[in-house]
Amino acid sequence: MKNQILLVLGIVSLIGLFPGCVKDLDRQPYNLETSLTVYEKPENYIHVLAKCYAGLAVSGQSGPAGNADLVGIDEGFSQYLRQFWQLQELPTDEAVIAWNDGTIQELNKMTWSSRNEFVTVLYNRIMYQITLCNEFIRQSEESRLNDRGFSEADKSKIAKYRSEARFLKALSMFHGLDLYGNIPNTSDETKFPGGEFPEQFTKTALFNYIEKELLEVEGLISSRTESEYGRANKSAVQMLLAKLYLNAKVFTGTERNTDALTYSNKILNSGSYSLEPTYRHLFFADNNNSNEIIFPICFDGTRTKTYGGTTYLVHAPVGGPTWFAADSFGISAGGWFGLRTTSGLYDKFTDSTADGRYLFFTSGHTKEIATLATFTNGYGVRKFRNINKDLSKGSDPVNFADIDFPLFRLAEVYLTYAEATVRGGAGGDIGTAVSYINQLRERAYGNSNANITAANLTLDFILDERAKELYWEGHRRTDLIRFGKFTGGSYIWPWKGGVSSGTSVADNYNLYPIPFADITANPNLKQNSGY
Amino acid sequence: MTKLLQTLLVIFCFGFTTSYSQTINGTVLDETGQSMIGAAVRIQGTTIGMTTNLDGKFSIAAPKEGTNIIEISFIGYQKETRSVNVKKGQTADLNIKMVPNGNNLNEVVVIGYGSTEKKDLTGAVASVNSKDFLKGNITTPEQLISGKVAGVQITPNGGSPGSGSTIRIRGGSSLNASNDPLIVIDGVPLANDGIAGSPNPLSLINPNDIENMTILKDASATAIYGSRASNGVIIITTKKGKTDNFKVEFNSANSVASVTRLVDVLSADEFRNIIKSTNDSNKIKLMGNANTNWQKEIYRTAISSDNLLNFSGGIKNLPYRLSLGYLNQNGVLITDNMKRGTANLNISKSFFQDHLKVEVNQKATLSNSTFANQGAIGAAISFDPTQEIRTNSNRFGGYFEWLNGKNPNALAVRNPIGLIEQRLDQSQVFRNIGNLQVDYKFHFLPELRANLNVGYDISRSNGTVTVTDSAASNYFSNSKGQFAPYIQNRDNKLLEFYLNYKKELKKIKSVIDVIGGYSYQDWYFSSPNIRSLQGNLDTIPGTLAPVFPFALSQNTLVSFYGRLNYTFNGKYLFTGTLRDDGSSRFSKSARWGLFPSAAFAWRIIEEKPFKKMKHLSDLKLRLGYGVTGQQDVGVNFNYLPIYSKSENTAQYQFGNQFFYTLRPSRYDEAFKWESTTTYNGGIDYGFFKGRINGSIDLYYKKTQDLIAEIDVPAGTNFNNRVLTNVGSVENKGVEFIINTVPIAKKDLEWTFGFNITANKNKILALSRFTSDTAIGNLVGGIAGGVGNTIQINTVGQQINTFYVYEQKYDSNGKPIEIGDTSSTGAIYTDKDAYQDRNGDGKINSADLYRHKNPAPKFFIGINSQVTFKNWTFGILARGSFGNYMYRNVASNTGNRNSLLPASPTLSNGSSDILNSQFRAPQYFSDYYIQKAWFVRVDNINIGYSFGRILKNKVNLRVFATIQNAFLITKYKGVDPEIFNGIDNNLYPRPRIFSLGVNIQI
Repeated sequence: MKNQILLVLGIVSLIGLFPGCVKDLDRQPYNLETSLTVYEKPENYIHVLAKCYAGLAVSGQSGPAGNADLVGIDEGFSQYLRQFWQLQELPTDEAVIAWNDGTIQELNKMTWSSRNEFVTVLYNRIMYQITLCNEFIRQSEESRLNDRGFSEADKSKIAKYRSEARFLKALSMFHGLDLYGNIPNTSDETKFPGGEFPEQFTKTALFNYIEKELLEVEGLISSRTESEYGRANKSAVQMLLAKLYLNAKVFTGTERNTDALTYSNKILNSGSYSLEPTYRHLFFADNNNSNEIIFPICFDGTRTKTYGGTTYLVHAPVGGPTWFAADSFGISAGGWFGLRTTSGLYDKFTDSTADGRYLFFTSGHTKEIATLATFTNGYGVRKFRNINKDLSKGSDPVNFADIDFPLFRLAEVYLTYAEATVRGGAGGDIGTAVSYINQLRERAYGNSNANITAANLTLDFILDERAKELYWEGHRRTDLIRFGKFTGGSYIWPWKGGVSSGTSVADNYNLYPIPFADITANPNLKQNSGY
Repeated sequence: MTKLLQTLLVIFCFGFTTSYSQTINGTVLDETGQSMIGAAVRIQGTTIGMTTNLDGKFSIAAPKEGTNIIEISFIGYQKETRSVNVKKGQTADLNIKMVPNGNNLNEVVVIGYGSTEKKDLTGAVASVNSKDFLKGNITTPEQLISGKVAGVQITPNGGSPGSGSTIRIRGGSSLNASNDPLIVIDGVPLANDGIAGSPNPLSLINPNDIENMTILKDASATAIYGSRASNGVIIITTKKGKTDNFKVEFNSANSVASVTRLVDVLSADEFRNIIKSTNDSNKIKLMGNANTNWQKEIYRTAISSDNLLNFSGGIKNLPYRLSLGYLNQNGVLITDNMKRGTANLNISKSFFQDHLKVEVNQKATLSNSTFANQGAIGAAISFDPTQEIRTNSNRFGGYFEWLNGKNPNALAVRNPIGLIEQRLDQSQVFRNIGNLQVDYKFHFLPELRANLNVGYDISRSNGTVTVTDSAASNYFSNSKGQFAPYIQNRDNKLLEFYLNYKKELKKIKSVIDVIGGYSYQDWYFSSPNIRSLQGNLDTIPGTLAPVFPFALSQNTLVSFYGRLNYTFNGKYLFTGTLRDDGSSRFSKSARWGLFPSAAFAWRIIEEKPFKKMKHLSDLKLRLGYGVTGQQDVGVNFNYLPIYSKSENTAQYQFGNQFFYTLRPSRYDEAFKWESTTTYNGGIDYGFFKGRINGSIDLYYKKTQDLIAEIDVPAGTNFNNRVLTNVGSVENKGVEFIINTVPIAKKDLEWTFGFNITANKNKILALSRFTSDTAIGNLVGGIAGGVGNTIQINTVGQQINTFYVYEQKYDSNGKPIEIGDTSSTGAIYTDKDAYQDRNGDGKINSADLYRHKNPAPKFFIGINSQVTFKNWTFGILARGSFGNYMYRNVASNTGNRNSLLPASPTLSNGSSDILNSQFRAPQYFSDYYIQKAWFVRVDNINIGYSFGRILKNKVNLRVFATIQNAFLITKYKGVDPEIFNGIDNNLYPRPRIFSLGVNIQI
């Protein structure tokens, strides 16, 4: 009997020794914070804000790949700038791509459907970016900061961060408006996670929303002198407003050229920016020192790594004959044999030697593109190079670029001023417009030989000048649409519409479709017409 | 009179042996005490023998005085041996009670938390004993039962040493959660997680130590395992010490493996012709003069040896078994090797007149693996066959490499031999699974039993990948060579406690058997984040220290469970189980899941009219229902709004400073269990005393609250997709098993078994609301391009259905390619090449269609064993029908662009190019979807038993096997048996010849 008692006691104590109990089910993650804890510390806010910016630059939390932000696609493909660039450039006369990745050739040929994964992933990126910003805007609301008992100094810092998050949200909404037109209307009050179906914006409502946000943010955000490199400032807000107004007719049917001039003038009159003396230096690894860039997307070869961004823009055009010169692009690992240009862009450069913006690689390539998949069909472009002004290599001379992408730069303000003036906006004059254009041409030519006069300054001239100044910087599709030349048959370039000689394209291609994935996930969404 | 006849018969039969003066008499009885007629009795090591008479009696004249060993055998019963001491001129008497073997209904079958007799099973359960295991060079346990069990599909993952298999019991019931069955070894449920440095966690268990594998297939059998049971359960029982007799057993199998099927690539001459036909002098001048078959160069004939020494017996009533195993397996890919040492110890002891039983199991494994660089498999397919392996240069280790000036061409395929020989990937893994089981029968109430099981499963991995600094492969990765160490620890704990009450209530002809228990399981993982270094141990430029020193994770499962077995009148059997599981992976409100099951069985054979049927030996109806769960989703905190900190390489620049980022991750507060409801109906049958037996089962499984990664309405979560409970998947199928013994004679026994399984799955829903027009989720990544996929999961379709363009063909049957010139001189457009299925006048992603899938419509297993005197001969074949494969090697390499890359190199490729003549890759053409039906004769074995030799002290048996003996298929790729249906650079499964010996002392 004694033995039995001992035995029972033994068993009971064995169970007792074991730490097992229901309480253990409340496990908390290691190495991670939850939204309950992260916003308790004022010093965390800048790191959450940093993600709102980094969402434009990296594809995940590991850099260059790993712990991706979006799923269902190769992580490198999901990077914001890479897809923004592709959707803005590949359907135009400025670029074609050789690869056979999924449905990428539909972009060259303008035959995409709502199932195209590249159309889908940029949409997802834009909406992701809006969601990140919404969350920050929600969490940095003043009443919440008061509840957390933050100091006045902390609160005013966080209020500045909040204005930047609102700008970044407006920036992505602008991209949504431009590319997809009618995106879902989400706000910092949208219920998580997936608990409700957002309503769809009309283009006009979206336009008005972005305008209202930017006008408010303009008064809240720091000026350039109060801010630091890489962060959005007043000029960035004004530039985005100017772009919004310049394209207003496309978005709402109403011209807003006067407003475009008002906001261009604000930037020009601030005197904060000046042209980079040498054009090609704008796209070098140390372009963060340039006084021309108003708003960059920042990359770094060691600390901000991605397979998209400027790393993509340096590698993808290198290959074939240029490939032997990979080292001169600061990427000793070599190129990716992807991007070239069409004769549509190339032929706009009438002066291949004197124009400093002529950055093509022709030897070993043919000008015409018989086969899209053949890299040497179509001239190469060597605009983005991972080397510094002094020709030394970027911080990673092998793969990842240091180059910051100039999303907004002063030259675009000049061109916006000129175009809005020619389009009849008030607040600008033709003489000033001519002088701005000539400043760009003098930089390109190194002298005034190619200067123009007021007689030259037509809308068609401006469109071509924008191509020559801003090619491969993600503007072309928007520009062609504003000039009515993206679809239809008034302007034809090689492979427009999927045939090598080019053909007319239906007007519905002015907008990308709402991705099939979201149409089926959100019953409130209607597809854009023609898809 | 009969007595006289019998005596005469005996004298007649053994007349010539009667000259011996000593005799052994005996009676052979069955398990119920009835005499057995016709049992074979033989004196071991001699030809002397007879069969028992109508009274089960025999009388044999012993050839010698002293110890004689006699063997008694009968179909369906275990062979008995007795050692008999007869004095000269005298007679010894024996009574032998035979014990039924596996085919018999009284066989004890292990089930979750207990065991039962086969006849009392209510669920769909299959049990395979060691004597029926496949033989040969088998290094991972699941291969022991491949093809043996209906409803269980075991697809090897390739031919590398120790590589595992994909096991599917009645199809997969999940999309994003695990589809692997739960494996329980000696009462310790294993985690499905991979163990770093080990080709496959199951390879750390020595198959030679396994006594029995029981597969629980339907929910009524598995529901006692609740949330881990949706994909079935495999219960592994290892061999135990049984007797006081000291026994030593030595097993050794030595094998030779070689590759039988290579990828069909262009020969050097075919390759030369194609390159020359381009008239591209830049390309032609790149060719060399050699004829190198790169695939032959990277593969070898691999010799392996598997040895097991095992001691069992009892020391002072303490039964034990100790086994020591050593495996040294070479892979057919050069340098590939796994060495595995195992030590298994089992001790059991009873106290207080068997009231208290204590059992200790210890399984320790130390494995040392050298992983050959499997990148060489693809490289050997693509490397230019006109090049020599080595050059005179001393750069890049002397291997021929494609260069760009002085440096390697970063885009070229690397030399396959260089890839292997310049990379050393070695690991050491220690794994220890142990448990202590205490079983106590209460003194005051012997019907009540308490069982405590405390166990653990720990592993320690330690490995390094080293690439020499001269290697071309790492030339451009910023580093010269590479030194990448890794360390990983897993600590899994288990505590189980249950009470069992079993009582026979004779008055009401009932037996009740109740258990109630508690279980605690905890999984802990830690791995230091170690930064890779250059080959010379310098820091790699551009790499930064990891943010967190360790990767850590932990999750816990707590369960309460109960089961009632009720038997009435020995005919009507009822089982009900209930399990309540709580997992740390879910929020408090969704944490607990309740999993019930119920089953009913009717032993029809016990009913009078059937009992009378002379040839019918078993007839039982089984009906089962149950709900099981799935919580093995790979992530631990999907319900929490987590912020993750970026690594130092994903920071963002403000001013001159770089800031790490904090990112909110996707989450679903309401995330919870996936649950699968299963219905099963089955009939067990037996004829002619079980000489024909088997079963037929019909099942229907429906998974609800399916854990799937689906698109969320954009803007409502921190990702485009979220892991959530949505949708539903069903599997339905039928299994049929027949085992027969067509011949059962004294010296000749032939058994033959056949099983067939048909399973069909279907996705029933994949979204939150009813409109299921979604195209579905793209899955099945392929080689070629970046991020390309070839399969899709869509509502109404089978899982992983291929999603492709419909290829058009010209009058010669050649697939049409865009840009080709037709016989009339027209240039083909995309509409000529692919079918415009939606008729919108253009070919784009809206024209992709769903076409076939990789799951077989049905699969079969056939096994046969012949025993003739001391010889045994066995064969096992498996077949799969209705399954399709995507020929990724052909689609990726069988085109001109691939042979003639843009950079100054050449690549070889699939000789399918001779048929398709494609210039550009056509990854998404249904041309590459091919029938992959097959029959594989997986195992042929032959054995000879010498019986007792060396003065009767040693039992010796030798055997030879051929694994993967031959394959019947029309599939053109390297192997029709690839689980996901994508044939890309498979490590080929070799044909293995083994010779083995088994010695028992």
